[in-house]
Amino acid sequence: MKRRDYLKFIGVGSISAGLLLESCKSDGTDAKPSTTATNPAEADIITAGREQFEIDRDKQLLGETFFNEHEMATIAILADIIIPKDDVSGSATDAGVPDFIEFIVKDLPEHQVPMRGGLRWLDMECFKRFEKAFVDCTPEQRIQVVDDIAYPAKAKPEMQAGVTFFNRMRDLTSSGFYTTEIGFADIGYIGNTPNTYTGVPDDVLDAFGVKEMNWG
Amino acid sequence: MSNFQIKKKPTVYDAIIVGSGAGGGMAGYVLSQAGLKVLMLEAGPFYDPKLHSFQMLPPWVSLRRGAGTTRPFGEFDAAMGGWQIDGEPYTAAEGTEFHWFRSHMLGGRTNHWGRISLRFGPHDFKGKSYDGVGDDWPITYDDVKPYYDKIDVMLGIYGTKEGLPNDPDGIFMKPPKPRLHEILIKKAGQKIGVPVIPGRGSVLTEDLKDANSGRQKCWYCGQCGRACKIYGDFSSSSCLVIPAQTKYSLELECNAMVREVLTDQNGQATGVSYVSKDDGQEYQVMAKTVILAASACSSARIMLNSKSSRHPNGIGNSSGAVGKYLHDSTGVAMGGIMPSLLDRKRYNEDGVGSVHILSPWWLDNKKAKLDFPRGYHIEYWGGMGMPSYGFGFGVQGLNGKYPTKDGQTKEAGGYGASLKEDHRRFFGASVGMAGRGVGLALESNYCEIDPNKVDKWGIPVLRFNYKWTDAEILQAKHMQETFQEMMKAMGADITWGIQGKETNYGLEAPGRIIHEVGTVRMGDDPKKAPLNKWCQSHEVKNLFVTDGGPIVQQGDKNCTWTILALAMRTGEYIIEQKKQSNI
Repeated sequence: MKRRDYLKFIGVGSISAGLLLESCKSDGTDAKPSTTATNPAEADIITAGREQFEIDRDKQLLGETFFNEHEMATIAILADIIIPKDDVSGSATDAGVPDFIEFIVKDLPEHQVPMRGGLRWLDMECFKRFEKAFVDCTPEQRIQVVDDIAYPAKAKPEMQAGVTFFNRMRDLTSSGFYTTEIGFADIGYIGNTPNTYTGVPDDVLDAFGVKEMNWG
Repeated sequence: MSNFQIKKKPTVYDAIIVGSGAGGGMAGYVLSQAGLKVLMLEAGPFYDPKLHSFQMLPPWVSLRRGAGTTRPFGEFDAAMGGWQIDGEPYTAAEGTEFHWFRSHMLGGRTNHWGRISLRFGPHDFKGKSYDGVGDDWPITYDDVKPYYDKIDVMLGIYGTKEGLPNDPDGIFMKPPKPRLHEILIKKAGQKIGVPVIPGRGSVLTEDLKDANSGRQKCWYCGQCGRACKIYGDFSSSSCLVIPAQTKYSLELECNAMVREVLTDQNGQATGVSYVSKDDGQEYQVMAKTVILAASACSSARIMLNSKSSRHPNGIGNSSGAVGKYLHDSTGVAMGGIMPSLLDRKRYNEDGVGSVHILSPWWLDNKKAKLDFPRGYHIEYWGGMGMPSYGFGFGVQGLNGKYPTKDGQTKEAGGYGASLKEDHRRFFGASVGMAGRGVGLALESNYCEIDPNKVDKWGIPVLRFNYKWTDAEILQAKHMQETFQEMMKAMGADITWGIQGKETNYGLEAPGRIIHEVGTVRMGDDPKKAPLNKWCQSHEVKNLFVTDGGPIVQQGDKNCTWTILALAMRTGEYIIEQKKQSNI
């Protein structure tokens, strides 16, 4: 889905008309990968071994929508800034991170106000600087704002609300990415499979100089 | 006319067992194996790890990636229930605190437990004789040793013979090989005089002697907490109750929440009454013997709620001790990063889901001039474990501190390809440890019936009264000092867990370690203890308790292996007493 396709679905009630108009003017040329590839459905709910209230709760949450389209578009762009495609693996949106974030804020409501408020803070900050919402900024403009909130130790005091939001966004994006098949391959986690544990490989024992301390 | 009624079941059983965890499962197995007609009542649903375990599900099949939203130990943990259960509250007296973890399901908490299987030692049974604190058990280690031996062989346990005075060796399978961080921890322990030995866990690293057990050897997924589909570890559901059903005709009624023990005019137990969670109906079922194994606090609750003219304080409670001497293990934890493990080589080190190493209590309190009685053992963790919800959180607190392989120090936080490199760099570099120690059994720590509150079934609920004393707080202080020294010797940087006096040195609140025991203690004097040394009520001869309730004073050991051994011992005693027509 191209970025401008997201923008078609911006809820008018959720953001100022000014921002909306600005959005419509922009001609997005930066392609945006789909976040819907892994959109979870009721069929994905685990049933065996769970209590009925757990299953019912999942169904209910899947039936609810928290973020509007504008917020989802912002989350998708931010997620791919945090976890972009690189030489090793794909991006956050390749791994379906925005859909995970949509679900987890419904599941753990303590994320809701900080996330919604943080996204709005980001738009207001962009509007102050560029008279545009984050999604309508150029990639360079977006990075200019992100650079001011991504480094807690050197961020200016007036950026603190943005820093706090970005820390949470970084956390959720990282967890959302590394708990997928793409993320497993990226991090090099190769367990979760029947095997016989044969101990630390010899070359590792040697590298740490602890071969004589091995047992079993 | 109301159609409310109590349905009476026609069968009179030889024994009814309330609860299907370690103690109930073992009692049910032993009695049904001996040919007794046994009914087991479980307050939760049927659960078979083979059918219901979440073992080897990857995080992406979970909508919440394994987050602990409805289960405190994560979505894939095998314990239904938790600290709070809808409609089944409990309370705490003002100024006191207790957290009660309940898991209503077949097998109870043994489906998710850590499988750390430690015998209590000679000192643990006779602590008062050694240091004057608390009470001695009416039995010794030698009384229980034959049963520890039997369950070692029957259920399977790994470990090594160490010849330690108060950590008796068992009949062990070979231990799992150590992981890298565990070797480094052992090396650090040698530097500072903290012994680190191979762990002891009820996981099958070898074939069981019983070739017909239906259990397979461990397949090293490291997920015992999810319960094992191949029955490679000990759960009461997979290793006791389901085999007793299929081999020995044990009858099982699930979703049966017991209210009280019924008695005749002589005060002897005649059966129990329960509400079925399936149909909401009330039932009574009769038996010649009643065995409570509902968990230490639930069994105390049932006894206290079983009031009659013969038992005005609750059944078997003329001593007034039911509910008292409640004690949990102490717990303190600390974690950090081992820089030597940054950018490490990848391989599968899931290992077993129980502990590969542990530090048994190593000090002589008198010689070391310690300001607290008894001690604790240490459990450790670390390694390249499977990511789940929470993975990568807080990286801004780490990635500015450790230079990269090229010697470049980054600004903390960040994003992009550089952040992905950081996540790879830190994977498998976290380590941590937790102490599990003796909480003292005190008369002043207890649960009682809250006169003002009932659960949704109309059963009066428990009110807890529990405060740590200096004994536990000073022990926690010692753990703090040891852990900090240990982390330093490991070359690790502590990232969490350092706490001071104002927070009791990180001592977890009572109940949080989920080793609560002692509420229906055994003792030779009927005026002081509800049970005799066979876990039999002094005054109601056909009433027994086989969960953590009878434990007089726990050691610095997790309690499950002792619950199992005592339950087997009591089961054999019941068979003997029935042969002699005493009950």
